[in-house]
Amino acid sequence: MSTGTILVVAGAFLASAVEMVEALTIVLGVGVVRGWRSPLIGAGAALIVLGALVAALGPALSSIPIDTLRLVVGALLLAFGLQWLRKAILRSSGYKELHDEDEAFRAEQRQAAAAGHEQRAGLDWYSFTVAFKGVLLEGLEVVFIVIAFGGAQGKLGLAAAGAAIAFVVVVIAGVLAKGPLSRVPENTIKFAVGLLLTSFGCFWGAEGAGVDWPGDELALLGVIAFFALVSFVLVRALRRVRVRPVAARAGA
Amino acid sequence: MKYLRSFGRFWWNFVVGDDWRAAGGVAVALGVTYWLAHDGVNAWWLLPIAVAVVLAESLRRAVRSSPKSGSAD
Repeated sequence: MSTGTILVVAGAFLASAVEMVEALTIVLGVGVVRGWRSPLIGAGAALIVLGALVAALGPALSSIPIDTLRLVVGALLLAFGLQWLRKAILRSSGYKELHDEDEAFRAEQRQAAAAGHEQRAGLDWYSFTVAFKGVLLEGLEVVFIVIAFGGAQGKLGLAAAGAAIAFVVVVIAGVLAKGPLSRVPENTIKFAVGLLLTSFGCFWGAEGAGVDWPGDELALLGVIAFFALVSFVLVRALRRVRVRPVAARAGA
Repeated sequence: MKYLRSFGRFWWNFVVGDDWRAAGGVAVALGVTYWLAHDGVNAWWLLPIAVAVVLAESLRRAVRSSPKSGSAD
């Protein structure tokens, strides 16, 4: 198995896991307060829509020339990955609140308790729609990453397998924990996913533009190391900028 | 029309997010890389450097507009 393939599966797994933890929190928050039937049907319906999207878009990608596909996917992944990396750096340097799964769970519970009861098609409509929208929106990011990673590397099946493993792991962990997966180091995983998305976007974007990377696929490891170093330097620099005014006031 | 607009807004927020300049910078860097590569220059080094600069610049803008800027709490 090549370096690129291993990283595609790892990237799809990590990105999917972090989105699925957030979707699980939404479903749990509603289910604990209002019962399980409607949110589980809502989550199941969203999963069917997401599965249909992958099944429809996946084969369509094979008809696009690989260089064009890599250029487009690289550009999209770069734009998308930079958002993740930027937020991760801002969180690590203290400029943005860390994502707190426990707090998200409590907020979901509060809203679920305050919402009215409307029955439609034999379902608690609030629970159904909240679970459906939550799983669909978090899942769209998973679909985007799986299709982008799998399509550009020509390994859609493996990328989908990475996401499927993440789904099984998160669901089992959720059932065992009977609560939000707040002990998952979500902020660290998001940092890693931001690094992978940006690095893959850079690698495939440049390749699609006609560049030959020295060392071929091994260059991907170099690109990841480069962005890891850049991110580390940026986090350190931003932390210093935050502390400096306070230190200056203390010394005055 | 309303649905079309919200659909477009969803994808814009999804891919571009709240800093369109970063996405624009990436597009320009990719365009220059494409142009150089088709002019016979194997500019593999250009995109990583350009993306690093775009990221740093995007963070600088975010920090300047952050309410936490300059405080340690």
